[in-house]
Amino acid sequence: MNPTLLATQAADSGTKMSVGDAAIVALVGYGVVFLGIVMLMVILYISGSIFKKRDAKLAAAKAAETKTTPAAAPTAAKDIPAAPGSAGKVKLNGIADRDAALIMAITADKLETPLNELRFISIKEIK
Amino acid sequence: MDILQTLKDLWLDSGFSSFFADGGWKNLIMIIISCVLLYLGIKKQFEPLLLVGIAFGCLLVNLSYFGPDSTDALYHPELWTNFLNPDHADYHSYGTILTHGGLLDILYIGVKAGIYPSLIFMGVGAMTDFGPLISNPKSLLLGAAAQMGVFLAFFGAAASGVFTGNQAASIGIIGGADGPTAIFLTTKLAPELLGPIAIAAYSYMALIPMIQPPIMKLLTTEKERQVKMEQNRVVSKTEKIIFPVIVAMFVILLLPSTAPLVGALMLGNLWRECGVTERLSDTVQNALMNIITVFLGISVGATTAADSFLNLKTLLIIVLGLTAFAFSTVGGLLVGKLMYYLTGGKVNPLIGSAGVSAVPMAARVSQMEGQKANPSNFLLMHAMGPNVAGVIGSAIAAGFLLTVFG
Repeated sequence: MNPTLLATQAADSGTKMSVGDAAIVALVGYGVVFLGIVMLMVILYISGSIFKKRDAKLAAAKAAETKTTPAAAPTAAKDIPAAPGSAGKVKLNGIADRDAALIMAITADKLETPLNELRFISIKEIK
Repeated sequence: MDILQTLKDLWLDSGFSSFFADGGWKNLIMIIISCVLLYLGIKKQFEPLLLVGIAFGCLLVNLSYFGPDSTDALYHPELWTNFLNPDHADYHSYGTILTHGGLLDILYIGVKAGIYPSLIFMGVGAMTDFGPLISNPKSLLLGAAAQMGVFLAFFGAAASGVFTGNQAASIGIIGGADGPTAIFLTTKLAPELLGPIAIAAYSYMALIPMIQPPIMKLLTTEKERQVKMEQNRVVSKTEKIIFPVIVAMFVILLLPSTAPLVGALMLGNLWRECGVTERLSDTVQNALMNIITVFLGISVGATTAADSFLNLKTLLIIVLGLTAFAFSTVGGLLVGKLMYYLTGGKVNPLIGSAGVSAVPMAARVSQMEGQKANPSNFLLMHAMGPNVAGVIGSAIAAGFLLTVFG
């Protein structure tokens, strides 16, 4: 090995600080983190509100479209064949399809029974 | 041929004889420590993906490095001391490292250049769903509050008079509960402390299920822990695509020193969300993440050569690291409690402790404690918001410390 590479004791990086300086850096640092996060939060709220408005507009347009063709939807729903192995339909009371799917999957997991061997008649949210 | 002389040379050349040389006992202690770390990683499953590599790196360096004369060592601390010394001919000379270094010296170049932590962050970004945070931006505040431990531990370390400002900043960042950020910052500010800081950071992250619950119970009432939170709104695909672009632009403009970490994190997330780069997202989440984890673990472990590891500073780092973790949890919980009061009891303060980053372990702990208080409580998705906010918060904290001390 190159003799000039021989070790020297690893030197400490930087210089020591006074207690006052350390306190100031700590306080300013915590403040900067909050400042950055709050500014980011404001940006997210603004972009979120823009998207919420856009989604509401799209939902309203969709609702208006379905109003003009009211008979089409039930017929289409009736025509959809049940999935293979399906045990029929489940009645949902105030529950979104996505949440119902989640509840059924969790129940099947807890009972350690395949989902297609269970029959759910209705799911109702208890408030 | 002198057989006796040959046998004597063979003995003197072996590592066994080095244990009896001056300071050789320190290597023996480090070998025992590496075996304990291996036990914790394998048997207790404490962050095994990284801890097993770190422990084995520690074992390898202490089996092969007994001082500057160890020509066959896998890692040479003196090469890196010279690399950082502006008065030395080999200052910032990667050529010298490649020419004279061992296997672990060469792998360590990725740590020194800040490549591995950034690439790990890219993988973290590709694996993270920021939906809970986008749907509830208030949870960002919990991610900021949970950086309290970073700055308290920094203050404690600096005020102790034992550590320099750079070293104190590197110790403080352990409280961010974010391994890659801790490694990134320490490599830049206090590379001589990388071994103990990385080991403390990953050990405490693995110990979160033991460290956090007592603090959570101490700072919250049964009634607060029972709070069921309302379901968050559904976030559209477009919002998820725009989010990484907005965060990258904003945070990097605010603190340019965070660019390697935040840029990589958000690029990984954009690949995940944009829907047209599934192959890249999959590679970053799996293959690349695994490869970098191999390199990072073993090369960080290599920095634990006995001479630089076995000292009072390591012990202090371990104590200060635990303090940092504990106070970060306290900071998140206190702001969580404040939100509970301000919202009239709609926010469960337990989600505050998830602000310490450590995705998704800290969120799981919030879920478990919430469910203990109220079995019908599902806090996981609510806790994921502060949890991923903690990643951004710790990156901002690291960026600030890098700007001040870098």
